Amino acid sequence: MKILVCISNVPDTTAKISFVEDNKVYNKNNVQFIISPYEELALTRALELKEAASGTITVLTVGLQDAEPTMRKALAMGADDAIRVNTEAKDAMFVAKQIAEVAKNKNYDIIFTGKESIDYNGSQVGEMVAELLDIPSITSVSGIDVEGTTGKIQREIDGGYEQIECEFPFVGSGQKGIAPEPRIPAMRGIMMARKKPLNIVEPVEFTDLTQVITHTLPEAKSACTMIEPDNVGELVRLLHEEAKAI
Amino acid sequence: MSVLVYTENWDGKFKKATYEIVSYANEIAKQLGCDLIALSIGKVSDEELKSLENYGASKVLNANDDKYNTIISQVYTKIIADAVNATNASVVVFANTYTGRSIAPRVSVKLNAGLVSGCIALPTSTQPFVVNKKAYSGKAFADVQVNSDIKILTLNQNSYKIVENKKDAAIEAFTTEIPDNYFKVKSIEISKASDKITVNDAEILVSGGRGLKASEHFGMLDEIASILGPTATTACSRPITDLDWRPHSEHVGQTGKVVAPNLYFAIGISGAIQHLAGINSSKIIVAINTDKDAPIFEAADYGIIGDAFEVLPSLIEELTKLKNS
Repeated sequence: MKILVCISNVPDTTAKISFVEDNKVYNKNNVQFIISPYEELALTRALELKEAASGTITVLTVGLQDAEPTMRKALAMGADDAIRVNTEAKDAMFVAKQIAEVAKNKNYDIIFTGKESIDYNGSQVGEMVAELLDIPSITSVSGIDVEGTTGKIQREIDGGYEQIECEFPFVGSGQKGIAPEPRIPAMRGIMMARKKPLNIVEPVEFTDLTQVITHTLPEAKSACTMIEPDNVGELVRLLHEEAKAI
Repeated sequence: MSVLVYTENWDGKFKKATYEIVSYANEIAKQLGCDLIALSIGKVSDEELKSLENYGASKVLNANDDKYNTIISQVYTKIIADAVNATNASVVVFANTYTGRSIAPRVSVKLNAGLVSGCIALPTSTQPFVVNKKAYSGKAFADVQVNSDIKILTLNQNSYKIVENKKDAAIEAFTTEIPDNYFKVKSIEISKASDKITVNDAEILVSGGRGLKASEHFGMLDEIASILGPTATTACSRPITDLDWRPHSEHVGQTGKVVAPNLYFAIGISGAIQHLAGINSSKIIVAINTDKDAPIFEAADYGIIGDAFEVLPSLIEELTKLKNS
């Protein structure tokens, strides 16, 4: 079984968000970067699937050299090798084109992405890769097993879950539930990761179709109206008469 | 030229999110000075299809075939892309739901069209085409310019008001060829947690955190939600689903669901940055917490510093009084 896990390098979930260069560019100063959480879970499950059968796990990132510490972490978790497409990630279609270009002749059985990256929240790359490769895509994968060459998949849908089956190859975008917890690299894994191959490939050209012009931050809330705990009736009155929310 | 809106259905029915995107797409059609065409896939009654005309659709394309009962993204992509070509659409609108998210990116590739997902407002300009979306899980917003001829947008739920705009829409059957090898995804079983309204659809969320101390205490939240009616439901913060006190589908926050209800009750939730990112588009936030320094009070509109076990019984009593009055 050959699995490709696409990971993105995103600000830690506790990071404060701010921008530079006329609010166009995310301010990376003093920010810890991590593997986007859903992708970390997908990678964890991919490793379990490989260990239960056999095969190889490759991780792929579209990014500059500053993404390599995150990639080394993925190798330390247990991935066999890594590919970095050497370019700044632009919009989702640009990233998807890079991934599809790498994947097109490699016959991966499963390509995992995360449900969305937690920076741009596009929820786009996995499905775009699948369309570029003309293979099925399954979104919001909350559980997966493999029997032979068939994925037995649980995906979240509105208000519930759907069990589906799909023959290899396919793209699955992982979300919470696909693995209970992200795998924590052991010391031995961290040592081995230094020697695992991290191959750099050059990007294919593609003019991005969308561009972020500017970012804004949410407006500060006005002060909270405090109500005494023994006066809940007042809260209900305010919600009904002032906020008109109930 | 036209604007095409894909109107997803749930067991043959449309819901609030459908009428939101139709209203939204209709306003874009007005900005561009063209017609709005709706596309429905799967089995939906004529009466239900006809309801789309109330929100501005001047034509409804109906792609109905038993083969479309399972939502397979490859299949739906082909139908929608063919409909875009047939109607000469320049803007395509989806709801930012599970289905919308699974199809819109594929359509975008097929048509080489720029996609902006998670839009929260109308385009601020149509030439160039610029639209605002959420980014960094709700911690920021981005203005995105789309440079391709065809633009694809997915609209966040509860972001745009339903607006009536009566037209007289003809319903036309829409057929297209789908390659057999697109039907490789097999649906085995669908399990719905309950008939409750989903966290993303709800207008009122009664959400609990660690301050509630045990899973059985969430019964009080269920009770409050049921007093507040069918548009209310329960939700929770991350530690609660990690502890398995509540299902993952109720987890609100950066790695769970990003919501935008009219009213959000944060009960025993301290307000970690990841949680606040998930709720900061709520119109009104009520915080109930014992810790006066909890960050949730900075995000809240109304706050009570107090023990949930003392506040909630009176809240239940007062809400019942209001509803019975």
